[in-house]
Amino acid sequence: MSPTAVYLVTIFGLLIAVFTLSAGLIWYERRLLALFQDRYGPNRVGPFGLLQSVADIVKIFFKEDWVPPFADKPVFVIAPAVIIVATLMSFGVVAFAPGVMVSDLNVGLLFFLAMSSMGAYGVALAGWSSNNKYSLLGGLRAAAQVISYEVFMGLSLMGVVMMAGSFNLVRIVQAQERMWFFLPQLVGMAVFMVAGFAETFRIPFDLPEAENELVAGFHTEYSGMKFAFFFLGEYIGISLVSAMLVILFFGGWLGPVLPPLAWFFIKTFIFISFFILVRGSLPRPRFDQLMAYGWKVMLPLSLANLVVTAGILLWRRS
Amino acid sequence: MISILRSIWLVFLHALHRRVTVQYPEQAIRRPPRFRGRIILSRDPDGGERCVACYLCAAACPVDCIALQAAQDEHGRRYPAFFRINFSRCIFCGFCEDACPTYAIQLTPDFEMSEARRQEMVYEKEDLTISGPGKYPGYNFYRVAGLAIAGKGKGQAENEQPPSDPKTLLP
Repeated sequence: MSPTAVYLVTIFGLLIAVFTLSAGLIWYERRLLALFQDRYGPNRVGPFGLLQSVADIVKIFFKEDWVPPFADKPVFVIAPAVIIVATLMSFGVVAFAPGVMVSDLNVGLLFFLAMSSMGAYGVALAGWSSNNKYSLLGGLRAAAQVISYEVFMGLSLMGVVMMAGSFNLVRIVQAQERMWFFLPQLVGMAVFMVAGFAETFRIPFDLPEAENELVAGFHTEYSGMKFAFFFLGEYIGISLVSAMLVILFFGGWLGPVLPPLAWFFIKTFIFISFFILVRGSLPRPRFDQLMAYGWKVMLPLSLANLVVTAGILLWRRS
Repeated sequence: MISILRSIWLVFLHALHRRVTVQYPEQAIRRPPRFRGRIILSRDPDGGERCVACYLCAAACPVDCIALQAAQDEHGRRYPAFFRINFSRCIFCGFCEDACPTYAIQLTPDFEMSEARRQEMVYEKEDLTISGPGKYPGYNFYRVAGLAIAGKGKGQAENEQPPSDPKTLLP
């Protein structure tokens, strides 16, 4: 096969895999949450309710795709696409296994950070263009939250970058052959995980869509496929953050016996399950608590981690 | 911090607990014997209708869903010519069962009586009457009541003395 054909196969394979997996994640999350809450969850459509997502997609296609007359129409339409595009772009640099990736970018990690911040535009613009006070509040919260958590999300990863000596995700995974980075970078991992929760607006940090204060937050006015885009974007985001956790801290595809791709998916699914477990167990903080937690605890922690890691690396080199 | 981790762990442990959901249509649910469900009309142990068409159930019914018409057979025994319950109005309060002097009308634990058309919620006497005595197996109203009907004269009921003749005391 020519290089172009390989590229196209990888890209479309990845697209199809990500979309189906994210749709399946909706079923997976509902079943897993039900397991943690001593119920069954959706188990009627198909075996084990596996076709629930298919039924949901069919239903959502038949819904009216409505743009409210008071909304800022172009922005309103673009906003959901921004979220999907931004999260899917990050998947372009994710290293699934040796050779199985779209683009072996030498600044892959920076690209991921940049794209995950772009996702905030989608949410903020959705809240703004809806012309609805609840949506606006949700969008504002999303913007503030992403800006504050973005800061130490990047800082928490600098320890990994220093230890691997590269921004390239393949090199970072290869640097973990002797020891996975979550041991020396335990603080960094914890901070990145918290930031990841905030970045995907998952439950302890789902203030932008806090349903008991803001109706549905930034996507209050959305219906049909546009709403589905927000929903899908959230699940793609979860898979993305889990994949990044695996690559940066848990050795990516490294592992004995099984093929690399299998190891990658097993590890990623463990973290996706952890995301769901946390959703099932933690309540939502107040917004000022969220901000105080971000700036007063997580930021100093990640800075301290950075300084200590740098110090140790320099001391060992000298 | 510790409490957050602890609550995550405790929620995780719930994965090992038994699920509380009852998978209803496949799995039968337990209903107590006094459950107030579909209303029936029961029969005496010897097979006769218990209902004496006294209208007390219709009078007690707070939503007026019971309609009946009294009639008498050739022996003077009363029975309903028709007995109709509109279950789309019935609230299953059980007042009719309380009011019934002959244990004829009873509520049962059955509740699966949904219909596609509203007219089919109206149950006639044939739909309501069952073959057995329901919750009170040995009870037979005409065997304990003082009323004389065919086959049982005055004073022949259970626990009843023959009527005394007050004229024997006269000089």
